[in-house]
Amino acid sequence: MSKQQKQIVYFLFFSILLLVGCRSSNQSIKIGLNTELTGEAPAVGASCVKAATLFVNKMNQDGGVDVGGKKKPIELIIADNGSKADEAVVVAQRLITQNEVVAIVGPNISSCAVPASEISENMGCLMISPWSTNIHTTTKNDGAFKKYVFRACFTELVEIPLLAQFAMSHLHLAKAAVLYDMSSESPNSAAHQFQESFLKAGGKIVAMETYTSQDRDFSAQLTKIQASHPDILFIPAYYNDVPLIAEQARNLGITAQFLGYNSWSTPEIIQLDSHHYLDHAYFSNHFSTESDSPLVKKFIQSYQSTYGTAPDDIAALTYDTMGLIVESIIKAGSLNRTAIANMMANIEDFTGVTGTYKFHQGNHDPFKNVIVLTIENEKFVYVTTLQPE
Amino acid sequence: MDYIIQQVINAIQLGSIYGLIALGYSLVYGVLSMMNFAHGDLFMLGAFFCLLLEKIIPLPLWLALLLTMLVIGCLGALLERLAYRPIRHAPKVSAIITSLGCGLILENITLAMSPYPRHMPTLFQNSIFHFHGITISSLQIIVIGISLLLMILLDVMIRCTTLGMVIRALAWNRLMVSLLGIPANRIISFTFALGAALGAAAGLLYALTYPVVSSSMGIAIGWKAFIAAVIGGIGNMRGALLGAFILGSTEVMSITMLPSTYRDLIAYSLLLIILIFKPYGILGEPPTQKI
Repeated sequence: MSKQQKQIVYFLFFSILLLVGCRSSNQSIKIGLNTELTGEAPAVGASCVKAATLFVNKMNQDGGVDVGGKKKPIELIIADNGSKADEAVVVAQRLITQNEVVAIVGPNISSCAVPASEISENMGCLMISPWSTNIHTTTKNDGAFKKYVFRACFTELVEIPLLAQFAMSHLHLAKAAVLYDMSSESPNSAAHQFQESFLKAGGKIVAMETYTSQDRDFSAQLTKIQASHPDILFIPAYYNDVPLIAEQARNLGITAQFLGYNSWSTPEIIQLDSHHYLDHAYFSNHFSTESDSPLVKKFIQSYQSTYGTAPDDIAALTYDTMGLIVESIIKAGSLNRTAIANMMANIEDFTGVTGTYKFHQGNHDPFKNVIVLTIENEKFVYVTTLQPE
Repeated sequence: MDYIIQQVINAIQLGSIYGLIALGYSLVYGVLSMMNFAHGDLFMLGAFFCLLLEKIIPLPLWLALLLTMLVIGCLGALLERLAYRPIRHAPKVSAIITSLGCGLILENITLAMSPYPRHMPTLFQNSIFHFHGITISSLQIIVIGISLLLMILLDVMIRCTTLGMVIRALAWNRLMVSLLGIPANRIISFTFALGAALGAAAGLLYALTYPVVSSSMGIAIGWKAFIAAVIGGIGNMRGALLGAFILGSTEVMSITMLPSTYRDLIAYSLLLIILIFKPYGILGEPPTQKI
């Protein structure tokens, strides 16, 4: 190869690099999705991807997002974290440094969201977890909020006390047993929050039993629980454990009312519970499809027509998360990561499909209401809405 | 009192499932001195295969069990032929890594095909009996029964048949057995198939008892069964069973007497103590020095 030929090759190579560079930095708004497509919570990841894709398609059809007077399309970069903490961290790093996203949606489960949030905070990239309710996702060890990390859902601090009160004052049941997955962050903190709130509301905790992820046999714990004769069995666990616990509990003769929290709210739980052991169980949740709001109706209709199923709460929260990010980008008028995060902290009222969002007084956890659902005829049925005081 | 009896039933059920898996580990180790860490995943495949089978044609339990054992047994033999035989004379670490790798491959193939946990259909009408505050289901009786039957059949086979004698001879001295004109490779394949079939049977019974099937279901229980096999004396069939029942009852007992948070801590501390006093396991014997 002559010298001239070499120069031409080099020139072509670098111009291709430049062109590739230009395309990615100027033409689209890159938003990363750090989600649980495989591992212990694949249904969560699937809903998250569906809702985000629906949102992006809708925005791009309308011409894109207005960034400082110029319309730009959104590019969604989907990455699987395998529901594992270490992979969630790697994915967050890759999205920020390699894909150069302006904001990250997810992870959803707290055990992934907490470690991933540290990466976003250190590298200065907005991260909004649609579903993680653990306190440590948005706060540092000293209790101050992380500058770049937000969530789209309420926390266990709002949800569980309201649920405990619901059990006491609405169901009039005062003796509770708790069986929870102690190796997962969210169920663990929900269990302890419930213990505290239920005692404060005047109830009695007669048993606190634990298991670890991947356990399938709960008979020893349930036999112990049965001996304490509870009125309520609170089961903070991921959806694939709940039907097994319910079945084994009923087979052992436990008649207590089952109670759950937002980890239950995926249709998979109904599919896995083919013998209806969970009928008439109550659980607290973010979202109900039985809403009158036109915004919600439109969302449900477009989701249903695209995917053939009704959206679950993760889908709804992801949809709101995308909305919050776009709102911040429009307000910031640029794709500067810090400017976007600053605008996010100042959102006073944003109406999403799960309710009205308010991030006031530097709080990175939104102030929202809690919905109680029950399971009937293989469906989630709306019971009541609990307002935080 | 009935509370204690109920917990004993729970312990027997858990122990018999651990036992079926531990037998597979011990069988393979006895013949090849190799730990087949893909065993937990063969257990998982057993559950998945039965699920698939029931989706296509609903078969009665005994037929589904036989078919599952046959197919997963063949798969086990195939695994041995393709992955383990080529490295039989390589260092032991390579064999361990290969088996871990095979396990991950099997797990991820299943994960790619079915990322969602599936519900296992019931293969027969389950009825629950109550007497004097004790609850036992027909499913529990069947699971414990089939487990015990398979264990006894294996024990009889190993001790009383020519094939069993050859397997024992192989475990004793592979070179000598080959010199006597016995097709050692074929026997090793058969042993692998047998181990895999037992694992698959355990997977099926486990999926019936705890009817949520997922690709990661074999990991934790595979390790527990492996520990049970080591405690009992790896390579020794009766030891594997003893270890499994000890592990099962320690787990249930520690939950019964203490907060369940300490279950694994207590169970495994106790097992470590056993190993300190019996380093080759309870029924294991120290290897004899060959000159």
